[in-house]
Amino acid sequence: MVRAKNMPQMPINAYLRPDGRKGIRNQVLVAYLVECAHHVAREITYPYREQGAQLIGFSGCYPNPYSFRMMTQLCSHPNVGGVLLISLGCEGFDRNALMEKIRESGRPVELLVIQQSGGTSRTIREGRAKVEAIIDEISHVPRTGMSINELIVGTVCGGSDGTSGITANPAVGLSFDHLVAEGGTAIFEETGELIGCEHIMAARAATPELGTALEQCVGKAAVYYSTMGHGSFSPGNADGGLTTQEEKSMGAYAKSGSSRISGIIKPGDVPEKGGLYLLDVVPDGEPRFGFPNINDTAEIAELIACGSHLVLFATGRGSVVGSVISPVIKVCANPETYRNMEEDMDVDAGRILEGRGTLPEVGQEIYDTVLRVAAGAKSRSEELGHQEFVLTYKSFDPSVPIGPSCFPNDL
Amino acid sequence: MSPFLIQLSPKDNVLIVARSLAQGENYEIEGENFVLPQPLGLGHKIAARDISTGEKILKYGAPIGSATKAIAKGEHVHLQNMKSDYLPTFTLDGQGQKYAANAH
Repeated sequence: MVRAKNMPQMPINAYLRPDGRKGIRNQVLVAYLVECAHHVAREITYPYREQGAQLIGFSGCYPNPYSFRMMTQLCSHPNVGGVLLISLGCEGFDRNALMEKIRESGRPVELLVIQQSGGTSRTIREGRAKVEAIIDEISHVPRTGMSINELIVGTVCGGSDGTSGITANPAVGLSFDHLVAEGGTAIFEETGELIGCEHIMAARAATPELGTALEQCVGKAAVYYSTMGHGSFSPGNADGGLTTQEEKSMGAYAKSGSSRISGIIKPGDVPEKGGLYLLDVVPDGEPRFGFPNINDTAEIAELIACGSHLVLFATGRGSVVGSVISPVIKVCANPETYRNMEEDMDVDAGRILEGRGTLPEVGQEIYDTVLRVAAGAKSRSEELGHQEFVLTYKSFDPSVPIGPSCFPNDL
Repeated sequence: MSPFLIQLSPKDNVLIVARSLAQGENYEIEGENFVLPQPLGLGHKIAARDISTGEKILKYGAPIGSATKAIAKGEHVHLQNMKSDYLPTFTLDGQGQKYAANAH
């Protein structure tokens, strides 16, 4: 395990929300509830993006319980101070129910319906006034200390190559081991990228029942991806030296580190205590809406909906994405990519391959970077203004709930 | 063994290339010398020993697929001579697609 060496620990001065949750950022979300309201919402957001206003939304006109839950969890995320909802007026999204949920969380929330506000220009004008009022209101949110055991960190990998599984992913795994040992919460995901390592992973489960559930979870992903005809494997992966899904999986699996696995969660479930959790991103039942996650950004949004205060993104080929709501920290696996795209990368993990550092050193640097960014320092993608967001349709079968075996209470 | 070749687990029958290699570069595995017939990118795999058709390819000490033909020690191990035991691999030039039929 990696240990802090004489690093003065910057205190995390968190934002205390009315629901008691603690955030490391103080964002205002402007959320469109159908694609038809996207332009208006974007125009409202744009002048205030330096002051923490960020755009999210759901494009579909048909209602969907998964996307409703995702929007609810994102709008009441601890890094979010207040929300402005932008509805066209005739879409299927239950705007009143969402507004009520956000209100219950104690956050300021406002709603504008374009069809009732007199169209584009008037709604933009009214919306900007509301955003200004929310920014003013949440500038007075009380601050409080936050310790590592209150921190939730997610991890994702994207643009993987043959170096990802050797440098960045195991280094992220070491930082996860450290975080979990300190009582924090770590979430890894993408069961489609665990195809081939299900048995090895099951051996790390907190209980035998959870081990079986972990295997079933990956089995579900294998069936789903087979139906789609594609695994979670892109042409860039093959150019980067990865040949098969299970090879990519073994590399991706390394991000989880070596801690005991405490439970399985689904998108929107927030772990109630520290530990290492697997986020099951693959829908239940017959494949219905296409690929489980259409890109890395969709995975990041789900990690954030599970309460992640920040997200570690390991990349080999060189992804540039960030996110709304929670800072994304880029760990670059490939030293050639790092030299080529240095401004986008927070940590140069590929130096391990060139003898300029060891795996434990890089693991420690990732851990220190997490604490620094949690304490307010901007990650590279934040500095560059990245605020990617995407949310699509999914279905999780309520008759296939997370059972006690997936979320053991007696740990 | 050449310093730019990494064996991740003692069980592995493939080695990882730790820097991009140019065509014609020399490398050495257990006293045997090879000349690279084509450039090879960082992260690609080279056979650590002779591998027979159908044999599991081992990396991280775990199976990552099977050989679709006999692979000689020192040879590049990729889509042209191995396949997934789970899902087919697709590439933009279609190189991987012909193996799709072989995948389970």
